[in-house]
Amino acid sequence: MGHAPKSITLGEEHRAGPEIRALGSKASVVGVSGVALAAILSFGGFLGGSPEHFFKSWLFAFLTILTICMGSLFFVMIQHATKAGWSASIRRMAEHVTSNLQWIWILFLPFFFLVLVGDGGKVWHWMDPAHVDPIIEGKAGFLNVPFWTVRAVIYFVVFFAASKFFVGTSVAQDASGDPRLTLKMQKWVPGFIVLFALSLTFAAFDWAMSLEAHWFSTMFGVNLLAMSFCGFFSLFCVMTFVVQRQGKMLNEVTQEHWQDMGKLLFGLGIVFHAYIGFSQYMLIWYANIPEETTWYLARVAGPWAPWMWFLVFGHFFVPFVLLLTKHTKRCKPVMTAIAVWMLLAHAVDVYLLIMPTVPAEALANASDWADFAAGARSGSIDVGYQPQLTDLLLLIGFFGFLVSGICRSMTKAPLVAARDPRISEALAFENM
Amino acid sequence: MTTLPDFIRPVTEGETVTEAPAVEKAGWGLMAEFDTPAQIMAAAKSARQQGFRWWDTHTPYPVHGLDKAMGIKPTILPLLVLGGGATGLVSGFILQWFTNATSFDFWALVPIRGYDFLISGKPLLSTPAWIPVMFELTILLSAVGCVTWLLILCGLPQLYHPTLRSSRFARATDDRFFLVIESKDPKFHPERTRAFMESLNPMSIETLED
Repeated sequence: MGHAPKSITLGEEHRAGPEIRALGSKASVVGVSGVALAAILSFGGFLGGSPEHFFKSWLFAFLTILTICMGSLFFVMIQHATKAGWSASIRRMAEHVTSNLQWIWILFLPFFFLVLVGDGGKVWHWMDPAHVDPIIEGKAGFLNVPFWTVRAVIYFVVFFAASKFFVGTSVAQDASGDPRLTLKMQKWVPGFIVLFALSLTFAAFDWAMSLEAHWFSTMFGVNLLAMSFCGFFSLFCVMTFVVQRQGKMLNEVTQEHWQDMGKLLFGLGIVFHAYIGFSQYMLIWYANIPEETTWYLARVAGPWAPWMWFLVFGHFFVPFVLLLTKHTKRCKPVMTAIAVWMLLAHAVDVYLLIMPTVPAEALANASDWADFAAGARSGSIDVGYQPQLTDLLLLIGFFGFLVSGICRSMTKAPLVAARDPRISEALAFENM
Repeated sequence: MTTLPDFIRPVTEGETVTEAPAVEKAGWGLMAEFDTPAQIMAAAKSARQQGFRWWDTHTPYPVHGLDKAMGIKPTILPLLVLGGGATGLVSGFILQWFTNATSFDFWALVPIRGYDFLISGKPLLSTPAWIPVMFELTILLSAVGCVTWLLILCGLPQLYHPTLRSSRFARATDDRFFLVIESKDPKFHPERTRAFMESLNPMSIETLED
């Protein structure tokens, strides 16, 4: 009370040091070598690698980091939409993640290329004319390659524009200190939220849900949003920890802010995520309609079942209990450890969204649950269960790209929006 | 005009009356009034250092850090809420399990019997279908428990409090900050406590009557 500084004079502790720069270059090396190794394994056919698996694995790694960046954009936009004061001193850290949405489309280029040469069916089966059946034909008005491509371009334009606008305006305020920039962002943010919500939802439909084009869920978009929360708020804690370890941002991100970052991870990334995930599961389980249950049967009956149980306990129960009390949320090392764990759980979550395949014929022919489960476990029924080194290499590689992108953004702009008009409110923020 | 009780003899003419020595009335407690949150913070710190135990501060709005300065122990309310939530979770399960998946009966004022409900071919013990009810009961008992325990722990509703007799105290809801030390505090002493309060430079000091 009354001891917090009222304003920030930018100094060394608000700028990325040589450690960040070094981390950034190391991360790019990890990124390039991870992807290169994965490509060698897959296209050389080593350790069971195949180009088909490579592209699906690429989609998994891409969505893992894209959700994190989308989560950060949503966080930044909500702060403007609600005129939040408490977060003014931590918002820039999120903006450093958001800025990655300006280049992330590059990682999607292989898919554009794949679609252009007519091989899109290797990832999205509905693109392959050989797989077209009456159901997919009925969806052709939406699920066709030209429209799909145009939509993908629109999503990336929205992500790029939103990221450029919010990060750019915030950084411009560092120089001018003009409060009108804050008002400008407040004025435009509702429109951007609508565009963002549509882009995220339809990106989820186009890239993840259409992997099994017979199946559908209207909750799929919000499910991806919940995953974005989990991924971003976990990374938020980890990156803040790393930056503070270097003696930076110690007065700007206080224990009070940590508690709120923990609350957001707890409330949105863990509870909301479980709420949405379970709601989708329960509605399908209860109705028990064959065309709807296939997607879950492939995931809960065979070799994917332990992975699903991992999500139930590792993504929900254990972190839920750990984060119930404020004491864990206010303890930086504990919070960071949980956040690292949640990043892992987030990757497994995306993996389970992308990799399993639904064996429609085997499901139609199976006499009962046990019959199908035994077939899926023995491998005679293919549910897409082939975890490979490629998956891990691409995941690590893409995280390398993300970390390097964050570090590069940090070297360009300060770690705190020092001249935000609400900065004094953020510095004096207290929970209790 | 008050009539004297008949055991009191009226003073006769020429009789000298010796006045009783003035005794400082202890009352219910002493109240000091302050103008700024910084002053009440300092006052709370000093009162704590003096070792008082039966005392409180009254402010128009939550003053951050005041509870720390006063040395208030962390509340057990979160644990009680957790208990409420756990009760809701377990009772939600038992309620549905007994009414949907059992067939035994027992006597609780009236005979109560479970019934095996087979619903759309689902197993009798269908946890996924029960989770919404378990979830809602968890929320309900947490929330109701939280409010109820809060009232109990705060001793509410409380219809009367000695501070309310002070006309100055009305400004505790507007712009003034009050430190109140109760006379039942073992360290309380009418003069010394008043002297301590004076050392804090308050705007006024008042004796509160019960």
